Amino acid sequence: MKQEFTITIYTENQVGLLNRIAIIFSRRKINIESLNTSPSEVEGIHRFTIVIDETEEVVRKVVRQIEKQVDVLKAYFNTNDEIIWQELALYKVPTDTIAEKAKVERLLRAYGARAVVIRKDYTIFETTGQREETDTLLNVLGPFGLIEFVRSARVAIIKDSKGFYEKLKEFEQSKPVTRIDSINRSRIEEETIDL
Amino acid sequence: MQTESIQDQKTTDQESIDITGSEAVLKALIAENVDIIFGYPGGAIMPIYDALYDYNDKLEHILVRHEQGGIHAGQGYARSSGKVGVVFATSGPGATNLVTGLADAMIDSTPLVCITGQVFAHLLGTDAFQETDVINITTPVTKWNHQITDANEIPSVLAKAFYIAKSGRPGPVLIDISKNAQIQKFNYTGYTYCNHIRSYRPKPNIRKEYIEAAAEMINKAERPFVIFGQGVILGEAEAEFKAFIEKGGLPAAWTILGLSALETDHPLNVGMLGMHGNYGPNVLTNECDVLIAVGMRFDDRVTGRLDRYAKQAKVIHLDIDPSEIDKNIKADIPVWGDCKETLPMITELIDLKQHDSWTNKFKDCNEKEIEAVIYDEMHPTSEHMTMGEVIDQLNEITKGNAIIVTDVGQHQMVACRYAKFNQSKSNITSGGLGTMGFALPAAIGAKYGAPERTVVAIIGDGGIQMTIQELGTIMQNNVNVKILILNNRFLGMVRQWQQLFNDKRYSFVNIESPDYVAVAKGYRIEGNSISKREDLKQSLTKMIEHNGAYLLEVFVGKENNVFPMVPQGCGVSEIRLK
Repeated sequence: MKQEFTITIYTENQVGLLNRIAIIFSRRKINIESLNTSPSEVEGIHRFTIVIDETEEVVRKVVRQIEKQVDVLKAYFNTNDEIIWQELALYKVPTDTIAEKAKVERLLRAYGARAVVIRKDYTIFETTGQREETDTLLNVLGPFGLIEFVRSARVAIIKDSKGFYEKLKEFEQSKPVTRIDSINRSRIEEETIDL
Repeated sequence: MQTESIQDQKTTDQESIDITGSEAVLKALIAENVDIIFGYPGGAIMPIYDALYDYNDKLEHILVRHEQGGIHAGQGYARSSGKVGVVFATSGPGATNLVTGLADAMIDSTPLVCITGQVFAHLLGTDAFQETDVINITTPVTKWNHQITDANEIPSVLAKAFYIAKSGRPGPVLIDISKNAQIQKFNYTGYTYCNHIRSYRPKPNIRKEYIEAAAEMINKAERPFVIFGQGVILGEAEAEFKAFIEKGGLPAAWTILGLSALETDHPLNVGMLGMHGNYGPNVLTNECDVLIAVGMRFDDRVTGRLDRYAKQAKVIHLDIDPSEIDKNIKADIPVWGDCKETLPMITELIDLKQHDSWTNKFKDCNEKEIEAVIYDEMHPTSEHMTMGEVIDQLNEITKGNAIIVTDVGQHQMVACRYAKFNQSKSNITSGGLGTMGFALPAAIGAKYGAPERTVVAIIGDGGIQMTIQELGTIMQNNVNVKILILNNRFLGMVRQWQQLFNDKRYSFVNIESPDYVAVAKGYRIEGNSISKREDLKQSLTKMIEHNGAYLLEVFVGKENNVFPMVPQGCGVSEIRLK
């Protein structure tokens, strides 16, 4: 069954890596729903957040193929209930409608929208939230002469993650550890969920 | 470049001198023990070729006739020597001509470092003369690629390139160097080998519990079956592999790229897997109780229809590349790691055993196959020769000691089925990509990789015409390769499919050939062409014993088919003997 998965990738900052990662999806004809690149909690290490709609089996294979790339340090995948995520949306509406129509003002307040710029001719509001929230505000503002709308990619934090510092320390050891550990972990919890 | 923590630093020379980027490239190659480069010059790589002029005594350069020939030669060299193949090409068309070879090396895990020239950095993105976006074109077909526009990067990037190409699961690396960086003088402080990149783990961690579980499962198995691929050769684990199957009494079958890792005559070698593999290995895949896959990736040509593949068996999968585990076949026990390390760990834990009645089933199947297919292939009643009898005769002359390089198609399947091998790294073929035109240039490279060995390129009448220009490379460098053309005057494999599945609608498979002996003569290569059985032995002997390159064309039956065959979309037990 297909569902939304958020893929978090820690990488080196290398030109061309975005393409290298993107073609792993396009090769399988998977559409990327959202893609964000940003710094991570570790200096010099970048973090990709990618959202796709796929089956768990396919996501697992894709994540392994991503992690195989030389400049990728680690890749994780999570379902929506395993992450805290947000998106940011901007709405540009004519100022006079807001001023004249009390309903619009109420709506904006109800959705927690914040005015970023107020000018005579237009006002820009911002909301942060999950897809349904930003979408609903988009739909209700539509009839009131919405001029422009834009939404950012998803950013997400993995609930169970202890951060990347420890992993990085391990990776920076010159001899890749041939760890012979006997921990009894279930088959499904392979390295990809090894946070 | 990123800052990598490079430890265990080994620096070749402590000099601090001003040299050009081009010289730095050549110094890197020397430091990496490169002795041969296959290449073709052009505008954007001229500074490197100019520097090469002064390094002629340290680095041999083979001028090929087409960049595709260059990269296939690099592949042949890497496959016969186990070292990294090095290829030079210029920007634009020179670089794009490498793409087929890169894709081939990528899918067949062949270590290559390809260096392409690029236009001046200030011209990048301007559609300059002979500019192509080589990095983006080659991204899907390289293990890693990188563009250099500053000479200071050259030593560290090349060190990284060689490390990535040969470590872990090997693969092709492409380094694109802009012309200004080749010319640029910079302060060179020596070459530091790379043996660690923090974002790259060539070998996954070995998990002891899986080793133990695998051994336990093998010990309990009544009908264990080992299938092995090129991982055994790439990991140089032939001895470890043999010890493993011998202790467990485990019958073992090979994929096309695993061929020659285990000698043909080994009692536990039960033959070839896959679409045109042997009967026993295919049908018994669906009867074994434990399937042990070593360094192979369950290609669709091996598995046939996945939902009818080894459903009754527990699967143990040993692979160095974690992304291969569960990709096509779900593994019950995933043994991540280099099989050179994991195999001995499992061998230690398994019981000394024999599975006589089970192994005899392979023998019974083999008898059946001999009766239905092999006998007729070896002793045809028709006046036309079969490809099989040619290979059989060749075996008698080479005694299984030659390197056999094959192209793609019927002759490839027949050669892999019937050629004998006594030692590893002896079968060189384009397995994953199925690149027609591979064999002739790959044979050139294979000869340079193993100069003391006899190299026979077996090629069809289709494939030879795709890279026939490399006869020029053979001529100019006196490369002692034997070229055996099996001519059936058809694009035989496609014709076979059209016969079996398209009601004999032979659509554009009728291919004419030139007079190959005359063509060879034009290149000052001796040759002969035969169509009669009584000439076969003597002609093959002459080819092998001839001092230098030799081309022998053998006309074989026009409409012979390769059997057995697992038709596409069928399960392995639905293998057809006719």
